[in-house]
Amino acid sequence: MRFSKLLASGIVLLAAGASWAQTPSYSNVGRAPTKEEIQAWDIAIGPDGKGLPSGQGTAKEGAPIYAAKCAVCHGAAGQGGALGPRVIGGKADTATLTTLRPVRSIGGYWPYATSVWDFINRAMPRSQTGTLTANEVYSLTAFILAKSEIIKEDDVLDAKTLPKVQMPNRNGFVPQKFEDIPDERKRGCRQGVCP
Amino acid sequence: MHPKQPDRRRFLKNGAALAGLAVGASASARPLAAAPPPERIDELHLYGERSRFVTSVRNGSINNPERRLKGEPTVFGLRTPLQDSAGIITPSSLHFIISHGFEPKDINPQEHRLLIHGMVDRPLIFTLDELKRLPFVTRFHFVECHGNSNTGGLGGDARVAVNATPQETHGFTSCSQWTGVPLSLLLKEAGVQKSATWIVAEGADEPKHSKSIPLGKALDDALVAYAQNGEPVRPEQGFPLRLVVPGWQGINSVKWLRRIDLVDEPYMFMMETSRYPSMRLDGKSRWFEFELGPKSVITRPAGGYQLPGRGFHEITGLAWSGGGAVRRVEISTDGGRTWKDAQLHDPIASKSHTRFSSPWTWDGEETILQSRCTDDQGVVQPTMAEVAKLWNVDSVEFFRQTTQVVGDFNAIQPWKVNRDGSVQNALF
Repeated sequence: MRFSKLLASGIVLLAAGASWAQTPSYSNVGRAPTKEEIQAWDIAIGPDGKGLPSGQGTAKEGAPIYAAKCAVCHGAAGQGGALGPRVIGGKADTATLTTLRPVRSIGGYWPYATSVWDFINRAMPRSQTGTLTANEVYSLTAFILAKSEIIKEDDVLDAKTLPKVQMPNRNGFVPQKFEDIPDERKRGCRQGVCP
Repeated sequence: MHPKQPDRRRFLKNGAALAGLAVGASASARPLAAAPPPERIDELHLYGERSRFVTSVRNGSINNPERRLKGEPTVFGLRTPLQDSAGIITPSSLHFIISHGFEPKDINPQEHRLLIHGMVDRPLIFTLDELKRLPFVTRFHFVECHGNSNTGGLGGDARVAVNATPQETHGFTSCSQWTGVPLSLLLKEAGVQKSATWIVAEGADEPKHSKSIPLGKALDDALVAYAQNGEPVRPEQGFPLRLVVPGWQGINSVKWLRRIDLVDEPYMFMMETSRYPSMRLDGKSRWFEFELGPKSVITRPAGGYQLPGRGFHEITGLAWSGGGAVRRVEISTDGGRTWKDAQLHDPIASKSHTRFSSPWTWDGEETILQSRCTDDQGVVQPTMAEVAKLWNVDSVEFFRQTTQVVGDFNAIQPWKVNRDGSVQNALF
């Protein structure tokens, strides 16, 4: 009797496990979104370029866009100001990372060029988010990276070339590979165990 | 809020009544007087206000360009006045706010949607009403900013100041009773594919804050909360939906949640790669730190408090851990020479603030008060020296001098009691 009960509950568990990704449990709650609904919101860009739209831009094309839409907060030379942080900076900033006054500029600190595209696209310009075209975002990304001496003025950024841009501080983060520390609770620094 | 207005109203009403008396004889022959002007909802007691004698408020600023131009202080975020707290619930109106320089989003709940898509068998989109039809959980959880109590960055000066209060030293943690749908339930409905290993959670705020979270945590205890402390989540806290990721750095608890994307790698968003990593002196940064360690603070007597004199004072404070429930809090009233167990007050919930107290009679002499938390994983809150060791710095001066946020700072907080009864921050 006891055995069969255990067996029965085991079968139930097995069945639950098998159906985990198969059948929904709650009828008529939520609906399938349309393709257009997903596309309208699906703006995140992965570090390998996943999600980047077609389009392209260069630093030269980015300069007038920056002057018109970004300089008012971030400064004419990208030096930052009262309204917005510094956006131009390169290897000299990377050299500050071992001091008590490190500068975390895009060129000097950010590990992925795709994050620059993603952030401009989702969050800039302030109060006018969503108004930049894909070409404008590529151009602005190119402008920032070229002024930070990471790419050249004529380099064309697009969905293929942007993920290949090597950021100077790419290897400045620990753990370098998350799979090195399988227990995600310990990926940071816990109980004195640090990556 | 407008203490003078009720008086004015009363005067007008009385005036109208007098006028009515004066024409009393012919009143019945006249059409009915116009209805009195509608009273404000606070006058009708339709939505409660606290006593006007209670003045405890958050301090700080949203800190954005528009507010800086108006002259608001350039301090980062608004902090909870923990020194005035009782029990474990932070009133929603006093919950700390960090929104990275953007104003809280004003969202019409009828128009809000939650989209779940990516590596799932069935992409789904939910209205708020639909989410409320699903099975729910109600749990106590704290939300703490990873920069809470850190000594560098914006606000670092106020935190290390001798006159710092618990609001300045620990005000970026708050605790609520959250109600919502377990994220695991929603993910099961969508049918997570085997290739998925992370989720991207995204808000509907202006910069569309996004965070990469390992799938394991999303399936473990994350919830999509629509209520906080018995009412809808407050606008500053993510109305109408907030992802609550218990015990992990607050940045994971995405406000104004509108999208969950199932993916197979972290997406390296701006905040998680450029703002939230903690920098070591060797130039390397720790990123994707998640779980917050055991921590506690005495909230009274604490910095800024004035003991009226020698005699009995119940010491009280808050303890919490991202690793689980608080198992033990010890108190020292003699500069760390001896420790004794404090009483823990119910409810003692996992990844929640826990209220503790301990009787103390002050003899009028100078001393140091400290609390030390141990969580149910057996992890003990570290001393300042132990935290310094963790950062591989030989002097606590590093923490005073660095301009960077030292994330997950959970060192024991000492409060110094002076002979005149004043209490001061004695971290350094």
